[in-house]
Amino acid sequence: MMNKYIYKGLVPTRKGFGEGLVELGERNSNIVVLGGDITGSVLTSYFKERFPDRFFSIGIAEANATTIAAGLALSGKIPFFASYSAFSAFRNADQLRISIAYNNVNVKIGGGHSGITVGPDGATHQSLEEIAFLRTLPNMTLIVPADYNETKKATIAAGEMIGPAFIRFGRSAVPSFTDENSSFEIGKANVLREGNDVAIVACGLMVWPALEAAEELSESYKINARVINLHTIKPIDSFTLTNAAKECGAIVTAEEHQIHGGLGSAVAEVIVKNTPVPMEFLGVNDRFGESGEPDELLNYFNLNPKGIIEKVLAVMKRK
Amino acid sequence: MSLVIKFTPDTFTNSPKTNHELSHIARTLRTDVVKSLYLAKSGHSGGSLDLSEIMTVLYFNGFLKYNSKNWKDKSRDRFVLSAGHLAPILYSTLARAGFFEVEELGTLRKLGTRLQGHPGLDTNLPGIETSAGSLGQGISIAIGMAMSHKYLDKTSQKVICITGDGELEEGTVWEAAMASSNFKLSNLCWIVDNNDCQIDGRVSEVMNIYPLREKFEAFGFDVIEIDGHNFDDIKMALSKYEANLKNTDKPTCIIAKTYMGKGVSFMENKYEWHGNPPNKDQTIQALNELEL
Ligand SMILES: Cc1ncc(C[n+]2csc(CCOP(=O)(O)OP(=O)(O)O)c2C)c(N)n1
Repeated sequence: MMNKYIYKGLVPTRKGFGEGLVELGERNSNIVVLGGDITGSVLTSYFKERFPDRFFSIGIAEANATTIAAGLALSGKIPFFASYSAFSAFRNADQLRISIAYNNVNVKIGGGHSGITVGPDGATHQSLEEIAFLRTLPNMTLIVPADYNETKKATIAAGEMIGPAFIRFGRSAVPSFTDENSSFEIGKANVLREGNDVAIVACGLMVWPALEAAEELSESYKINARVINLHTIKPIDSFTLTNAAKECGAIVTAEEHQIHGGLGSAVAEVIVKNTPVPMEFLGVNDRFGESGEPDELLNYFNLNPKGIIEKVLAVMKRK
Repeated sequence: MSLVIKFTPDTFTNSPKTNHELSHIARTLRTDVVKSLYLAKSGHSGGSLDLSEIMTVLYFNGFLKYNSKNWKDKSRDRFVLSAGHLAPILYSTLARAGFFEVEELGTLRKLGTRLQGHPGLDTNLPGIETSAGSLGQGISIAIGMAMSHKYLDKTSQKVICITGDGELEEGTVWEAAMASSNFKLSNLCWIVDNNDCQIDGRVSEVMNIYPLREKFEAFGFDVIEIDGHNFDDIKMALSKYEANLKNTDKPTCIIAKTYMGKGVSFMENKYEWHGNPPNKDQTIQALNELEL
């Protein structure tokens, strides 16, 4: 059905993060990892097992871990610290801002269990605001990969670039559809499907539903949608987005995140400046999450192909 | 074997009881925790179970003053569960104290429930004093409440807060400790659930927090170390706190030695049970062991 991208089953993105860290560790002995007690959840446990001498358990102390990472980086190491995104983006917010971003140090932060799909734990653990926060930090690179393979590549790429980076990924198993050979370059959006009627720009686990929505739009509505995987929110790929606006004339964004300040806002900042076209935003609309099973919650919040199609039909009317 | 989950309808009074009566209540709470976590298919068994005796004495022995039918009564004592992931034992306690229907325990963690995975103030569930789930925040909330009562309202109600021991790794917890004695919060009782377990392993190995007594003493607390499963110990420690509240300027810290998963043999003292629910067979075995 989707010519370039084939559904290859459900795999959690955090697995890509854990494996990416091990591969980085093999390549570079300066890679060190800091644990925040949930190493088995965000899968820094793989690195801990493989390189016990380069793993340090900091305990439940996200602010301390983040700042220790800055110290390690100022001593020539490449530290990764990961926790649930709710805690590795917010419990340490000041430390991210000053010790990491302002110092412009080579620290990488993993934000796992992000979004509503962390599920039954409920609102406290469902981080829906970190894109908004992190993309305002000067020097910060922010990546929200779409599936397992891409998370692995993003992790490796983050470890091999110089400067602060944050990788946001999830807990639940999500459709895997990219492979070893799919291109991934930080800052370069991937156009996954060509089309000139509307562009759907998505990140993270909303990319696959965007592809599904595009197929349905073409079959049932004769609308030919371009699908853009904007895996890097910062630095943003203005070129690909501006072209999409010019060639498609309408844009829908989709993210597992607050609408306010998220991927959609980042895209809008580019579009409004260069080529204003009608836009619609799919995301969580100014509320906290709540307990439920991941799929149940995605449907509850309309974060599915149906939700994307509704937004596309709405934006087409405004073209 | 088929397994049909039903919650017994019993509620319990809040008045002094014999240890025998208290242990019946503690077993009921444990049974609720096992059942609600089995139905939820996720959640934190270990720590929830190990707080059963402490929650029993707090809510069912006349210690905390509350009115479950008019729970926002301004003169109530305040209880803050800083370790928000231990919500199941709080929900069971509140239900058995008549704050809401026991049946509702079966909705834990399900879409639309008031029994969120971590307590949410937005649900308006009776008896919940604050949202919690990001570790280390509840104790500062409790301090704010204690300051409000002591210095602004000039009332003498109690403020009790339970934190985990892994939770003590959060830095703001020690900012809170400093503030407790700085503000002479003798109305504050901080209970540490010292099961020495957290997600990745033993607390002493993940990040060594010990020695605890000396730390809290250095921060100006009257420290009482107890067996957190022994009713007499718990009652004694809480009476000492009541005396501190009346006669001193010292905040109280009760370090309760507990065993994660207490009461369910295969969970006992195993950190692997920090964050898992029992499956069907495990639930059957646990309920057999807890048989009332
Ligand atoms: C700020 C923050 N960081 C991380 C977590 C994830 N987390 C939930 S419970 C827990 C372990 C808590 O250990 P402890 O306080 O000893 O509780 P117990 O294991 O006894 O239930 C962690 C790390 C969290 N809820 N909040």
